[in-house]
Formats: sequence, C-alpha cells, structure tokens
Amino acid sequence: MDFIGAYSWPNLRYLLQGFWITVQVAGLSILFSFIIGTVLGTVRYARVAFVSRTVAILVDAIRNLPLLLIIFFIGMILPQAGIRIPTFWAAVVGLSIFEGAMISEIVRSGLVSVDKGQIEAARASGLSYMQTLRHVILPLALRRMSPPMVSQFISLIKDTSLAIIISLPELMRNVKILSGSSFSYVIPALVFASLLYFTLNYSLSLVAKRLEARQI
Amino acid sequence: MWDFSILIDYWDDFMAGLGRTVLASLLGLIGSLVLGTLIAVLRIAPFRILNVVGTVYVEFIRNIPLLVTVFFFFLGVPALGIAMEPFTAGTLGLIVYTAAFVAESIRAGIQAVPSGQSEAARSSGLSYIQTMRSIILPQAVKIVLPAIGNQMINLVKNSSVLAVIAGLDLMYYADIINLKTFKGIPVYTLVALFYLLLTIPLSQAVHYMERRFAKSN
Repeated sequence: MDFIGAYSWPNLRYLLQGFWITVQVAGLSILFSFIIGTVLGTVRYARVAFVSRTVAILVDAIRNLPLLLIIFFIGMILPQAGIRIPTFWAAVVGLSIFEGAMISEIVRSGLVSVDKGQIEAARASGLSYMQTLRHVILPLALRRMSPPMVSQFISLIKDTSLAIIISLPELMRNVKILSGSSFSYVIPALVFASLLYFTLNYSLSLVAKRLEARQI
Repeated sequence: MWDFSILIDYWDDFMAGLGRTVLASLLGLIGSLVLGTLIAVLRIAPFRILNVVGTVYVEFIRNIPLLVTVFFFFLGVPALGIAMEPFTAGTLGLIVYTAAFVAESIRAGIQAVPSGQSEAARSSGLSYIQTMRSIILPQAVKIVLPAIGNQMINLVKNSSVLAVIAGLDLMYYADIINLKTFKGIPVYTLVALFYLLLTIPLSQAVHYMERRFAKSN
C-alpha cells in the first residue's frame, strides 16, 4: 500500500474530476427525478381513470428492475435500435426514470397521509379539486415527504456509480482505472472515494434528520 | 427486433445467469442476516464502545455506494495478495453492504417494542433471554419481516453489480448473448422479465405482510 504515491496531485485530481462528473450527474438527476416523481405520484394519487392505472403498472415495473439494467439499456442497447444518447445523458436519463419512479411512491404515500378532514374542509369552503390539491394537500404532504425524499436522493448519489457499466468517467470508474495502474493504489483510491461519497451523503442525511425532527 | 427465439437458442446461458443471480441473492440474504444481527446487537448492547462500533459501521456503509464494498473485495483484497473469484468478491460485497440496512431494520424493530413490555416481563421473573425470546422478538418480527423482505428485493436487484466485475450473473450472461447475436433489445427485455419474475412476487409478499401486520395491531 502506498498512500503517499497514490495521493500525488495528478492522481487526486483524476479522482476529483470523476467526483465532479458524479456531482453533475447526481444534481441533474435529482432535479429531473423530483419533477417526474411529483407528476407521476400526483397522477397515481388522483385516480384519473385509465391514466393512473397505467402509471401504477409502469412505476411498479421500473421500481422492481435493477437500475444497472436500465442504465445499460439506455446507454448500450438503444443505440442498436438507432437511438444514440451521449453517455453522460444516458446516465442522467436512466437515473431520472428509476429514481423518479421511487420518488413517485414517496409523493403518493405523502398525499395519502393527508387527513381527509383537511380536504373536506377545503372543498366545503368552495375550493375546486385542483385548488385543494395545490393549496392544501400538496403543501401538507410535501412537509411529510421531505425526509424520505432526501434519503432517496442519497441513494441516487450512490447509484450514480452504476454508470460505470456504460463507462461514464465518474468517480468509481476513475477509481478502477487508477487501481489498474498500480496494485498499491487500490486501497488508497477506495478510501479517498469513500470519503468523498461519505462526506456528501452524510451531510445530506443530517439534513434529513433535521427535517424529521421538525415534523410533528 | 422482437425476435425472442434467442430465449430458446441461449436457454442454457440465461439459466446459468439466473441461477447465479438467485444464488448471490440467497447467499447475500443469509450472510447479511447473520452480520446484520451481529451489528444490531452491537448497537443496542449496554456497552458504549460497542454502540460506537455498530453506529460507525452502519453510518459509513449506508453513505457509500455498493460498488465500493464490491471493489474492496474485487480489487482491494487481491491487491493485498489474496486471490478471490469475482462471484465470491461480489457476494461478499453485497453481504457487507446489505448488513448495514438489515442491522437498522432489526434495531428499529426491537426498539419499537415499548420498554414497559420488557420491564413487565423481567419483573414477572423471566430472564433476559426468555424476555427477548417470548416477549420482544415476536413483536419485533412484525416490523422486521417486511423490512427484510424489502432487503431481499434490493439484493436481487443489487446482485446485478456482479456484471461490473464479470461475476457470471444474469446481466453478465445477457452481455455475452448480446455480443454474440447483437439482438440487445429482445435479450434485455427477457432479462428484465426474469428480474420481474423474481422481484414482483417478493413485493407482493411484502405488501401482504404489511397489511396483515397493520391489521393485527
């Protein structure tokens, strides 16, 4: 094991470059999966004839598939059918679809948990269904959803590493390449990568705990 | 594009991959139950130092990707001079990773039982072991079982990381068939169906348990 050699600036820079890709992919995927999840979760909750049913089947199928399969399919198999997406965006699309399906369930159960009396009161005060959804149900539900949502974003950040399967130069792929250059770099590279993931995710988990404490 | 005859032509490959995926998931479940229980015990043991060890394990593992633990066994252990099959390395990575989540579920289950229950049992003359066995654990199971079911679903899905290290699982064989036939769409559609065949019944079982246990409370 050679920590000093492994942590020479070119090596660290290489790993940090990978981490920067990880952060970019994660940031975009968090944004998109939040949008997808909110829309799908609301549609499934609203019980729109036929549409909600279709969404439910689709969401359950996606949630029960390995994310690795979804990313690989988008990045490596769709090109066989003539659909070519750059590696970076293939990772973002795969992550957004999968985590969006996960988040839609968080959104739906958050909506379900809103007290019926609140909805009845809003409707009785003359708000339309859409107004009730926007001004009463969603704000109440959002507060309850935020801790599990943050946990899901932590999973998302960890899951970006699966894009190694389509050779996206993110952190874990760079760890693997660096490990290939010398046996003595393997453990130091893994330690450094772990610390980067841990710092980012642990800070987020503290935010989740804060949000949880604010409930009730 | 939708030529599914490859299922028949490459039946043996599909089955070999499916077998390894199931095997990795089962070994992962057994291993993570053993290790997870041990860590849960550390976390609730009446010794501060053991609590710290348990907490550090859980918090560290939960915040790093599965691929890190898998690479530790696949790249790290051989770098230390110990040879290891990719399948073994991948399964060990799965166990170490999943154990953190299993430990949390077990701990949450045990701590959800009101402390009055164990106090009542102890003051009725039951020993610590008897209290655990006849009072605490039967109640904790209601919380722990569905959570373990969810971890089993995750294990099936997560076992696909074996493909990253050539671990002979379903995704790995799919890649081989795809490279031979260049019929990726039907190959991966079939692979997706195989995964759903494993995960959907498990999800149903978890839903069933959650409803049953919710009613019995």
